[in-house]
Amino acid sequence: MVFIGVRAAPMVALTAFSVGVTLAMQAAHSLQQLGAEIYVPDLVMVTLLREMGPVLIAVIVIGRSGSAVAAELGTMKVSEEIEALEVMAINPVQYLVVPRFLAMLVMLPALTIMGNYIGVFGGWAVCTLALDFNTAGYVLRALQSADTWDLYSGMIKSAVFAWIVITIACNAGLHVEGGAEGVGQATTASVVQALLAMLVTNAVLTGIFFFGA
Amino acid sequence: MSSNGEPIIEVVDLVRKFGDRAVIDDISFNVHRGETLVIMGGSGCGKSTLLRHMIGSMKPTSGSVKIFGEDVTTMDEREIGRVRRRFGMLFQSGALLASLTVGENVALPLFQHTDKSANEIEQVVRQKLEMVGLTGFENLKPAEISGGMKKRVGLARALALDPELLFSDEPTSGLDPIMTAVVDQLTLKLTHGSHMTAVVVSHDMTSAFRIATRMIMLGHGSIVAQGTPEEIRTSINPEVQQFINGEADGPIPLNLSQDEHEHHQHVKPRPFVNARFRFHHKTP
Repeated sequence: MVFIGVRAAPMVALTAFSVGVTLAMQAAHSLQQLGAEIYVPDLVMVTLLREMGPVLIAVIVIGRSGSAVAAELGTMKVSEEIEALEVMAINPVQYLVVPRFLAMLVMLPALTIMGNYIGVFGGWAVCTLALDFNTAGYVLRALQSADTWDLYSGMIKSAVFAWIVITIACNAGLHVEGGAEGVGQATTASVVQALLAMLVTNAVLTGIFFFGA
Repeated sequence: MSSNGEPIIEVVDLVRKFGDRAVIDDISFNVHRGETLVIMGGSGCGKSTLLRHMIGSMKPTSGSVKIFGEDVTTMDEREIGRVRRRFGMLFQSGALLASLTVGENVALPLFQHTDKSANEIEQVVRQKLEMVGLTGFENLKPAEISGGMKKRVGLARALALDPELLFSDEPTSGLDPIMTAVVDQLTLKLTHGSHMTAVVVSHDMTSAFRIATRMIMLGHGSIVAQGTPEEIRTSINPEVQQFINGEADGPIPLNLSQDEHEHHQHVKPRPFVNARFRFHHKTP
Protein backbone atom coordinates (compact mmCIF):
# COMPACT_ATOMS: atom_id res chain seq x y z
CA MET A 1 0.00 0.00 0.00
CA VAL A 2 2.77 2.38 0.91
CA PHE A 3 4.28 1.46 -2.44
CA ILE A 4 1.92 4.13 -3.72
CA GLY A 5 4.72 6.43 -2.67
CA VAL A 6 7.94 4.48 -2.92
CA ARG A 7 7.56 3.48 -6.55
CA ALA A 8 6.75 7.05 -7.49
CA ALA A 9 10.07 8.24 -6.09
CA PRO A 10 12.23 7.98 -9.24
CA MET A 11 9.68 9.85 -11.29
CA VAL A 12 9.34 12.52 -8.63
CA ALA A 13 13.12 12.83 -8.48
CA LEU A 14 13.49 13.34 -12.21
CA THR A 15 10.67 15.88 -12.34
CA ALA A 16 11.97 17.81 -9.37
CA PHE A 17 15.48 17.89 -10.77
CA SER A 18 14.26 19.19 -14.13
CA VAL A 19 12.17 21.81 -12.44
CA GLY A 20 15.07 22.95 -10.27
CA VAL A 21 17.32 23.23 -13.32
CA THR A 22 14.68 25.05 -15.36
CA LEU A 23 13.87 27.45 -12.57
CA ALA A 24 17.53 28.28 -12.10
CA MET A 25 18.11 28.82 -15.82
CA GLN A 26 15.10 31.06 -16.25
CA ALA A 27 15.89 32.96 -13.07
CA ALA A 28 19.49 33.39 -14.14
CA HIS A 29 18.42 34.67 -17.55
CA SER A 30 16.07 37.30 -16.13
CA LEU A 31 18.15 38.30 -13.15
CA GLN A 32 21.33 38.64 -15.22
CA GLN A 33 19.80 41.57 -17.02
CA LEU A 34 19.47 43.32 -13.68
CA GLY A 35 22.88 42.19 -12.57
CA ALA A 36 21.26 40.25 -9.77
CA GLU A 37 22.32 36.64 -10.37
CA ILE A 38 23.11 36.50 -6.72
CA TYR A 39 19.38 36.03 -6.10
CA VAL A 40 19.02 32.88 -8.23
CA PRO A 41 19.27 30.52 -5.24
CA ASP A 42 16.65 32.54 -3.38
CA LEU A 43 14.24 32.28 -6.21
CA VAL A 44 14.77 28.57 -6.76
CA MET A 45 14.45 27.82 -3.08
CA VAL A 46 11.38 29.88 -2.33
CA THR A 47 9.51 28.91 -5.48
CA LEU A 48 10.19 25.25 -4.89
CA LEU A 49 9.26 25.16 -1.25
CA ARG A 50 6.17 27.28 -1.51
CA GLU A 51 4.66 26.37 -4.88
CA MET A 52 6.39 24.18 -7.41
CA GLY A 53 7.30 21.41 -4.98
CA PRO A 54 3.87 20.67 -3.55
CA VAL A 55 1.97 21.35 -6.79
CA LEU A 56 4.15 19.38 -9.19
CA ILE A 57 4.54 16.41 -6.91
CA ALA A 58 0.78 16.43 -6.40
CA VAL A 59 0.31 16.44 -10.19
CA ILE A 60 2.51 13.37 -10.48
CA VAL A 61 0.78 11.59 -7.65
CA ILE A 62 -2.66 12.40 -9.10
CA GLY A 63 -1.65 11.00 -12.47
CA ARG A 64 0.04 7.99 -11.04
CA SER A 65 -1.54 6.94 -7.78
CA GLY A 66 -4.86 8.79 -7.75
CA SER A 67 -5.85 7.25 -11.05
CA ALA A 68 -4.59 3.85 -9.94
CA VAL A 69 -6.69 3.97 -6.78
CA ALA A 70 -9.80 5.06 -8.70
CA ALA A 71 -9.31 2.30 -11.27
CA GLU A 72 -8.57 -0.34 -8.65
CA LEU A 73 -11.58 0.44 -6.48
CA GLY A 74 -13.73 0.85 -9.59
CA THR A 75 -12.74 -2.59 -10.84
CA MET A 76 -13.50 -4.04 -7.43
CA LYS A 77 -16.89 -2.37 -7.54
CA VAL A 78 -17.87 -3.76 -10.94
CA SER A 79 -16.62 -7.26 -10.12
CA GLU A 80 -18.87 -7.38 -7.02
CA GLU A 81 -15.87 -7.39 -4.69
CA ILE A 82 -17.10 -4.36 -2.76
CA GLU A 83 -20.52 -5.90 -2.36
CA ALA A 84 -18.91 -9.15 -1.24
CA LEU A 85 -17.03 -7.26 1.46
CA GLU A 86 -20.23 -5.64 2.63
CA VAL A 87 -22.03 -8.96 2.75
CA MET A 88 -19.16 -10.39 4.79
CA ALA A 89 -19.92 -7.53 7.21
CA ILE A 90 -16.59 -5.91 6.38
CA ASN A 91 -16.88 -2.16 5.95
CA PRO A 92 -15.29 -1.41 2.56
CA VAL A 93 -14.38 2.09 3.68
CA GLN A 94 -12.48 0.78 6.67
CA TYR A 95 -10.93 -2.07 4.79
CA LEU A 96 -10.05 -0.36 1.51
CA VAL A 97 -10.18 3.41 1.87
CA VAL A 98 -8.55 3.99 5.25
CA PRO A 99 -5.20 2.35 4.41
CA ARG A 100 -5.03 4.18 1.08
CA PHE A 101 -5.93 7.42 2.79
CA LEU A 102 -3.16 7.01 5.35
CA ALA A 103 -0.64 5.95 2.72
CA MET A 104 -1.40 9.03 0.68
CA LEU A 105 -1.34 11.34 3.68
CA VAL A 106 2.14 10.10 4.58
CA MET A 107 3.61 9.64 1.14
CA LEU A 108 2.64 12.84 -0.63
CA PRO A 109 4.32 15.15 1.91
CA ALA A 110 7.27 12.76 2.07
CA LEU A 111 7.64 12.82 -1.70
CA THR A 112 7.35 16.60 -1.60
CA ILE A 113 10.22 16.92 0.85
CA MET A 114 12.30 14.64 -1.32
CA GLY A 115 11.31 16.63 -4.41
CA ASN A 116 12.29 19.88 -2.72
CA TYR A 117 15.78 18.58 -1.96
CA ILE A 118 16.29 17.33 -5.48
CA GLY A 119 14.94 20.55 -7.01
CA VAL A 120 17.34 22.61 -4.96
CA PHE A 121 20.07 20.26 -6.07
CA GLY A 122 19.06 20.96 -9.68
CA GLY A 123 19.35 24.68 -9.00
CA TRP A 124 22.77 24.06 -7.53
CA ALA A 125 23.87 22.25 -10.66
CA VAL A 126 23.03 25.26 -12.82
CA CYS A 127 24.50 27.81 -10.40
CA THR A 128 27.83 26.07 -9.93
CA LEU A 129 28.30 24.85 -13.48
CA ALA A 130 26.97 27.80 -15.47
CA LEU A 131 27.07 30.73 -13.07
CA ASP A 132 29.87 31.84 -10.79
CA PHE A 133 28.65 30.21 -7.61
CA ASN A 134 30.51 27.84 -5.41
CA THR A 135 28.67 25.20 -3.47
CA ALA A 136 28.96 26.93 -0.12
CA GLY A 137 27.74 30.21 -1.59
CA TYR A 138 24.71 28.58 -3.14
CA VAL A 139 23.74 26.69 -0.03
CA LEU A 140 24.20 29.76 2.16
CA ARG A 141 22.10 32.00 -0.06
CA ALA A 142 19.43 29.37 -0.42
CA LEU A 143 19.17 28.80 3.30
CA GLN A 144 19.21 32.50 4.05
CA SER A 145 16.40 33.25 1.65
CA ALA A 146 13.95 30.71 2.97
CA ASP A 147 12.57 30.57 6.45
CA THR A 148 10.94 27.58 8.05
CA TRP A 149 7.46 28.88 7.26
CA ASP A 150 8.21 28.46 3.56
CA LEU A 151 8.84 24.78 4.19
CA TYR A 152 5.89 24.32 6.54
CA SER A 153 3.44 26.09 4.25
CA GLY A 154 4.50 23.74 1.46
CA MET A 155 4.03 20.77 3.73
CA ILE A 156 0.57 21.94 4.80
CA LYS A 157 -0.38 22.35 1.18
CA SER A 158 0.92 18.95 0.37
CA ALA A 159 -1.09 17.34 3.17
CA VAL A 160 -4.22 19.14 2.02
CA PHE A 161 -3.58 17.99 -1.56
CA ALA A 162 -3.15 14.43 -0.33
CA TRP A 163 -6.54 14.62 1.34
CA ILE A 164 -8.16 16.04 -1.79
CA VAL A 165 -6.57 13.54 -4.17
CA ILE A 166 -7.36 10.42 -2.21
CA THR A 167 -10.89 11.51 -1.34
CA ILE A 168 -11.72 12.20 -4.96
CA ALA A 169 -10.04 9.02 -6.17
CA CYS A 170 -11.76 6.74 -3.64
CA ASN A 171 -15.08 8.40 -4.15
CA ALA A 172 -14.85 8.03 -7.93
CA GLY A 173 -13.80 4.40 -7.62
CA LEU A 174 -16.52 3.38 -5.18
CA HIS A 175 -19.26 4.95 -7.28
CA VAL A 176 -18.45 3.30 -10.58
CA GLU A 177 -21.46 2.06 -12.52
CA GLY A 178 -21.55 0.00 -15.67
CA GLY A 179 -18.56 -2.23 -16.25
CA ALA A 180 -15.16 -1.55 -17.75
CA GLU A 181 -16.36 1.59 -19.49
CA GLY A 182 -17.53 3.01 -16.18
CA VAL A 183 -14.13 2.28 -14.63
CA GLY A 184 -12.43 4.22 -17.42
CA GLN A 185 -14.74 7.17 -17.06
CA ALA A 186 -14.38 7.24 -13.28
CA THR A 187 -10.60 7.14 -13.57
CA THR A 188 -10.52 10.04 -16.01
CA ALA A 189 -13.01 12.00 -13.95
CA SER A 190 -11.00 11.47 -10.80
CA VAL A 191 -7.81 12.78 -12.43
CA VAL A 192 -9.50 15.84 -13.91
CA GLN A 193 -11.40 16.69 -10.73
CA ALA A 194 -8.40 16.14 -8.51
CA LEU A 195 -6.19 18.34 -10.71
CA LEU A 196 -8.67 21.19 -10.76
CA ALA A 197 -9.47 20.95 -7.08
CA MET A 198 -5.78 20.82 -6.24
CA LEU A 199 -4.86 23.87 -8.35
CA VAL A 200 -7.74 25.98 -7.07
CA THR A 201 -6.95 25.00 -3.49
CA ASN A 202 -3.32 25.91 -4.09
CA ALA A 203 -4.30 29.40 -5.22
CA VAL A 204 -6.51 29.83 -2.17
CA LEU A 205 -3.84 28.55 0.22
CA THR A 206 -1.16 30.77 -1.30
CA GLY A 207 -3.50 33.71 -0.81
CA ILE A 208 -4.08 32.78 2.82
CA PHE A 209 -0.49 31.91 3.69
CA PHE A 210 1.43 34.72 2.04
CA PHE A 211 -0.92 37.55 1.40
CA GLY A 212 -2.90 37.40 4.59
CA ALA A 213 -6.25 37.02 2.88
CA MET B 1 -31.74 -19.32 18.05
CA SER B 2 -35.01 -20.01 16.39
CA SER B 3 -36.50 -23.45 16.59
CA ASN B 4 -37.43 -25.56 13.61
CA GLY B 5 -40.88 -24.06 13.47
CA GLU B 6 -39.89 -20.42 13.22
CA PRO B 7 -39.01 -19.05 9.84
CA ILE B 8 -35.39 -17.98 9.29
CA ILE B 9 -36.42 -15.66 6.49
CA GLU B 10 -39.76 -13.88 6.25
CA VAL B 11 -40.41 -11.86 3.14
CA VAL B 12 -43.62 -9.88 3.49
CA ASP B 13 -45.36 -7.93 0.72
CA LEU B 14 -42.03 -6.98 -0.82
CA VAL B 15 -42.24 -4.39 -3.60
CA ARG B 16 -39.32 -2.78 -5.36
CA LYS B 17 -39.87 -0.28 -8.14
CA PHE B 18 -37.35 1.23 -10.50
CA GLY B 19 -39.16 4.27 -11.78
CA ASP B 20 -42.69 3.08 -12.52
CA ARG B 21 -41.80 -0.50 -13.16
CA ALA B 22 -42.10 -2.97 -10.31
CA VAL B 23 -39.18 -5.39 -10.57
CA ILE B 24 -40.47 -7.11 -7.47
CA ASP B 25 -44.21 -6.93 -7.29
CA ASP B 26 -45.65 -7.93 -3.93
CA ILE B 27 -43.76 -11.08 -3.05
CA SER B 28 -44.24 -12.92 0.24
CA PHE B 29 -42.73 -16.21 1.40
CA ASN B 30 -41.03 -17.82 4.39
CA VAL B 31 -37.98 -20.04 4.65
CA HIS B 32 -37.65 -22.39 7.62
CA ARG B 33 -34.57 -23.82 9.26
CA GLY B 34 -33.01 -26.68 7.34
CA GLU B 35 -34.87 -25.91 4.15
CA THR B 36 -33.24 -25.45 0.80
CA LEU B 37 -35.25 -22.99 -1.20
CA VAL B 38 -34.46 -22.73 -4.88
CA ILE B 39 -35.58 -19.56 -6.60
CA MET B 40 -35.79 -19.92 -10.35
CA GLY B 41 -37.04 -17.92 -13.26
CA GLY B 42 -35.87 -16.44 -16.52
CA SER B 43 -33.35 -13.64 -16.95
CA GLY B 44 -34.69 -10.33 -15.75
CA CYS B 45 -37.49 -11.84 -13.68
CA GLY B 46 -36.24 -10.20 -10.49
CA LYS B 47 -34.33 -13.13 -8.95
CA SER B 48 -31.13 -11.22 -8.34
CA THR B 49 -32.99 -8.15 -7.11
CA LEU B 50 -34.90 -10.33 -4.67
CA LEU B 51 -31.66 -11.86 -3.44
CA ARG B 52 -30.10 -8.43 -2.96
CA HIS B 53 -33.04 -7.41 -0.80
CA MET B 54 -32.63 -10.49 1.33
CA ILE B 55 -28.96 -9.76 2.03
CA GLY B 56 -29.77 -6.16 2.87
CA SER B 57 -27.84 -4.51 0.05
CA MET B 58 -30.97 -3.07 -1.56
CA LYS B 59 -33.85 -1.32 0.16
CA PRO B 60 -37.40 -2.12 -0.94
CA THR B 61 -39.99 0.42 -2.02
CA SER B 62 -42.34 -1.18 0.49
CA GLY B 63 -42.66 -4.40 2.46
CA SER B 64 -40.14 -6.06 4.72
CA VAL B 65 -37.55 -8.81 4.84
CA LYS B 66 -36.82 -10.41 8.19
CA ILE B 67 -33.72 -12.53 8.62
CA PHE B 68 -33.46 -14.42 11.93
CA GLY B 69 -36.50 -12.43 13.02
CA GLU B 70 -34.90 -9.03 12.42
CA ASP B 71 -36.04 -6.66 9.72
CA VAL B 72 -33.02 -5.93 7.52
CA THR B 73 -34.85 -3.32 5.47
CA THR B 74 -34.91 -0.77 8.28
CA MET B 75 -31.49 -1.42 9.77
CA ASP B 76 -28.44 0.79 9.58
CA GLU B 77 -25.14 -0.61 8.30
CA ARG B 78 -23.86 -1.66 11.70
CA GLU B 79 -26.96 -3.65 12.59
CA ILE B 80 -26.98 -5.31 9.18
CA GLY B 81 -23.35 -6.23 9.78
CA ARG B 82 -24.38 -8.13 12.89
CA VAL B 83 -26.95 -10.14 10.90
CA ARG B 84 -24.58 -10.67 7.98
CA ARG B 85 -22.02 -12.31 10.22
CA ARG B 86 -24.51 -15.15 10.63
CA PHE B 87 -24.99 -15.89 6.95
CA GLY B 88 -22.73 -16.60 3.99
CA MET B 89 -23.18 -15.50 0.43
CA LEU B 90 -21.81 -17.03 -2.73
CA PHE B 91 -21.75 -14.58 -5.61
CA GLN B 92 -22.30 -15.59 -9.19
CA SER B 93 -18.73 -14.73 -10.19
CA GLY B 94 -17.25 -15.74 -6.85
CA ALA B 95 -16.41 -12.08 -6.14
CA LEU B 96 -12.99 -12.96 -4.74
CA LEU B 97 -10.68 -10.10 -3.85
CA ALA B 98 -8.19 -10.11 -6.69
CA SER B 99 -5.38 -8.69 -4.59
CA LEU B 100 -5.49 -11.55 -2.08
CA THR B 101 -4.58 -15.20 -2.56
CA VAL B 102 -7.19 -17.94 -2.50
CA GLY B 103 -6.26 -18.78 1.09
CA GLU B 104 -6.39 -15.16 2.20
CA ASN B 105 -9.80 -14.77 0.62
CA VAL B 106 -11.19 -17.68 2.60
CA ALA B 107 -9.41 -16.44 5.72
CA LEU B 108 -10.73 -12.89 5.41
CA PRO B 109 -14.02 -13.31 7.32
CA LEU B 110 -12.19 -15.36 9.96
CA PHE B 111 -9.59 -12.64 10.50
CA GLN B 112 -12.25 -9.95 10.61
CA HIS B 113 -14.85 -11.58 12.80
CA THR B 114 -13.17 -14.16 15.03
CA ASP B 115 -10.35 -14.16 17.57
CA LYS B 116 -8.81 -17.30 16.11
CA SER B 117 -5.02 -17.46 15.93
CA ALA B 118 -3.27 -17.51 12.57
CA ASN B 119 -2.65 -21.26 12.97
CA GLU B 120 -6.27 -22.04 13.68
CA ILE B 121 -7.37 -19.92 10.74
CA GLU B 122 -4.96 -21.73 8.48
CA GLN B 123 -6.51 -25.03 9.54
CA VAL B 124 -10.05 -23.81 8.92
CA VAL B 125 -9.03 -22.48 5.50
CA ARG B 126 -7.46 -25.80 4.57
CA GLN B 127 -10.55 -27.68 5.73
CA LYS B 128 -12.97 -25.40 3.82
CA LEU B 129 -10.92 -25.61 0.64
CA GLU B 130 -10.83 -29.38 0.99
CA MET B 131 -14.63 -29.38 1.20
CA VAL B 132 -14.87 -27.77 -2.22
CA GLY B 133 -12.13 -29.95 -3.70
CA LEU B 134 -9.38 -27.34 -3.86
CA THR B 135 -6.73 -28.68 -1.50
CA GLY B 136 -3.37 -27.02 -2.05
CA PHE B 137 -4.65 -23.98 -3.92
CA GLU B 138 -4.11 -21.60 -0.97
CA ASN B 139 -1.28 -19.62 -2.48
CA LEU B 140 -2.65 -18.97 -5.95
CA LYS B 141 -4.19 -15.65 -6.90
CA PRO B 142 -7.80 -15.61 -8.18
CA ALA B 143 -6.49 -14.60 -11.62
CA GLU B 144 -4.56 -17.87 -11.83
CA ILE B 145 -7.54 -20.19 -11.41
CA SER B 146 -10.56 -20.92 -13.61
CA GLY B 147 -14.03 -19.42 -13.24
CA GLY B 148 -15.45 -22.61 -11.77
CA MET B 149 -12.63 -22.77 -9.24
CA LYS B 150 -13.23 -19.15 -8.26
CA LYS B 151 -16.81 -20.02 -7.57
CA ARG B 152 -15.79 -22.92 -5.38
CA VAL B 153 -13.38 -20.68 -3.48
CA GLY B 154 -16.27 -18.23 -3.11
CA LEU B 155 -18.29 -21.07 -1.60
CA ALA B 156 -15.45 -21.97 0.76
CA ARG B 157 -15.31 -18.32 1.83
CA ALA B 158 -19.08 -18.15 2.30
CA LEU B 159 -18.82 -21.22 4.56
CA ALA B 160 -15.78 -20.01 6.49
CA LEU B 161 -17.77 -18.82 9.49
CA ASP B 162 -20.02 -21.92 9.50
CA PRO B 163 -23.10 -19.85 8.70
CA GLU B 164 -26.62 -20.79 9.71
CA LEU B 165 -27.85 -19.55 6.37
CA LEU B 166 -26.29 -19.63 2.92
CA PHE B 167 -27.32 -17.56 -0.06
CA SER B 168 -26.03 -18.72 -3.44
CA ASP B 169 -26.39 -16.90 -6.70
CA GLU B 170 -26.19 -19.53 -9.43
CA PRO B 171 -23.77 -21.77 -7.55
CA THR B 172 -23.41 -24.32 -10.32
CA SER B 173 -23.39 -22.27 -13.51
CA GLY B 174 -20.00 -22.65 -15.17
CA LEU B 175 -19.16 -25.83 -13.29
CA ASP B 176 -18.70 -29.15 -15.02
CA PRO B 177 -21.32 -31.83 -14.22
CA ILE B 178 -19.08 -33.61 -11.74
CA MET B 179 -18.24 -30.42 -9.86
CA THR B 180 -21.93 -29.49 -9.93
CA ALA B 181 -22.71 -32.76 -8.21
CA VAL B 182 -19.96 -32.14 -5.65
CA VAL B 183 -21.31 -28.68 -4.83
CA ASP B 184 -24.86 -30.02 -4.64
CA GLN B 185 -23.82 -32.81 -2.31
CA LEU B 186 -22.00 -30.31 -0.15
CA THR B 187 -25.14 -28.20 0.10
CA LEU B 188 -27.19 -31.28 0.95
CA LYS B 189 -24.69 -32.39 3.56
CA LEU B 190 -24.69 -28.98 5.22
CA THR B 191 -28.46 -28.58 5.21
CA HIS B 192 -29.12 -32.12 6.46
CA GLY B 193 -26.17 -32.56 8.79
CA SER B 194 -25.64 -29.07 10.18
CA HIS B 195 -29.17 -27.77 9.81
CA MET B 196 -27.98 -25.00 7.60
CA THR B 197 -30.63 -23.20 5.62
CA ALA B 198 -29.94 -22.44 1.98
CA VAL B 199 -31.46 -20.05 -0.51
CA VAL B 200 -30.25 -20.78 -4.00
CA VAL B 201 -30.94 -18.82 -7.13
CA SER B 202 -30.48 -21.16 -10.05
CA HIS B 203 -31.15 -21.87 -13.69
CA ASP B 204 -29.73 -25.33 -13.50
CA MET B 205 -32.79 -27.58 -13.27
CA THR B 206 -30.89 -30.81 -12.64
CA SER B 207 -29.11 -29.26 -9.71
CA ALA B 208 -32.23 -27.46 -8.51
CA PHE B 209 -34.29 -30.65 -8.29
CA ARG B 210 -31.40 -32.42 -6.60
CA ILE B 211 -31.04 -29.99 -3.70
CA ALA B 212 -34.38 -28.22 -3.29
CA THR B 213 -36.81 -28.96 -0.50
CA ARG B 214 -38.98 -26.16 -1.81
CA MET B 215 -39.00 -24.17 -5.02
CA ILE B 216 -40.27 -20.79 -6.06
CA MET B 217 -40.59 -19.76 -9.66
CA LEU B 218 -40.59 -16.05 -10.39
CA GLY B 219 -41.92 -14.32 -13.45
CA HIS B 220 -42.29 -10.61 -14.00
CA GLY B 221 -41.60 -9.79 -10.39
CA SER B 222 -44.15 -12.09 -8.78
CA ILE B 223 -44.36 -15.71 -7.76
CA VAL B 224 -45.66 -17.87 -10.61
CA ALA B 225 -45.55 -21.10 -8.69
CA GLN B 226 -44.19 -22.53 -5.49
CA GLY B 227 -44.09 -25.89 -3.82
CA THR B 228 -42.03 -28.99 -3.25
CA PRO B 229 -39.92 -30.23 -6.17
CA GLU B 230 -42.54 -32.89 -6.79
CA GLU B 231 -45.34 -30.34 -6.91
CA ILE B 232 -43.32 -28.19 -9.29
CA ARG B 233 -42.46 -31.14 -11.50
CA THR B 234 -46.10 -32.13 -11.77
CA SER B 235 -47.42 -28.59 -11.94
CA ILE B 236 -50.04 -28.02 -14.58
CA ASN B 237 -48.92 -24.41 -14.97
CA PRO B 238 -47.66 -24.21 -18.57
CA GLU B 239 -45.07 -21.54 -17.69
CA VAL B 240 -43.53 -23.84 -15.09
CA GLN B 241 -43.49 -26.78 -17.47
CA GLN B 242 -41.87 -24.69 -20.17
CA PHE B 243 -39.19 -23.48 -17.78
CA ILE B 244 -38.27 -26.77 -16.12
CA ASN B 245 -38.24 -28.60 -19.43
CA GLY B 246 -36.34 -25.84 -21.18
CA GLU B 247 -38.62 -25.45 -24.18
CA ALA B 248 -38.31 -22.55 -26.57
CA ASP B 249 -42.04 -22.39 -27.30
CA GLY B 250 -44.52 -21.68 -24.60
CA PRO B 251 -46.35 -19.05 -22.63
CA ILE B 252 -43.23 -17.28 -21.32
CA PRO B 253 -42.59 -14.26 -23.52
CA LEU B 254 -39.24 -14.46 -25.27
CA ASN B 255 -38.49 -10.80 -25.10
CA LEU B 256 -38.31 -8.13 -22.52
CA SER B 257 -39.77 -4.84 -23.60
CA GLN B 258 -37.32 -2.18 -24.71
CA ASP B 259 -37.37 -0.18 -21.50
CA GLU B 260 -36.95 -3.25 -19.33
CA HIS B 261 -34.00 -4.18 -21.42
CA GLU B 262 -32.51 -0.74 -20.98
CA HIS B 263 -32.99 -0.90 -17.29
CA HIS B 264 -30.95 -4.03 -17.05
CA GLN B 265 -28.20 -2.93 -19.37
CA HIS B 266 -27.86 0.65 -18.14
CA VAL B 267 -27.75 2.01 -21.68
CA LYS B 268 -29.40 5.02 -23.18
CA PRO B 269 -32.77 4.55 -24.85
CA ARG B 270 -32.60 3.83 -28.53
CA PRO B 271 -35.57 3.93 -30.83
CA PHE B 272 -36.54 0.36 -31.49
CA VAL B 273 -36.73 -0.77 -35.03
CA ASN B 274 -39.27 -3.49 -35.25
CA ALA B 275 -42.25 -3.45 -32.95
CA ARG B 276 -43.20 -7.05 -33.64
CA PHE B 277 -39.91 -8.82 -33.16
CA ARG B 278 -38.09 -7.37 -30.24
CA PHE B 279 -35.76 -10.16 -29.32
CA HIS B 280 -33.77 -9.83 -26.18
CA HIS B 281 -30.13 -9.63 -27.11
CA LYS B 282 -27.11 -8.09 -25.51
CA THR B 283 -26.11 -4.69 -26.77
CA PRO B 284 -22.73 -4.87 -28.43
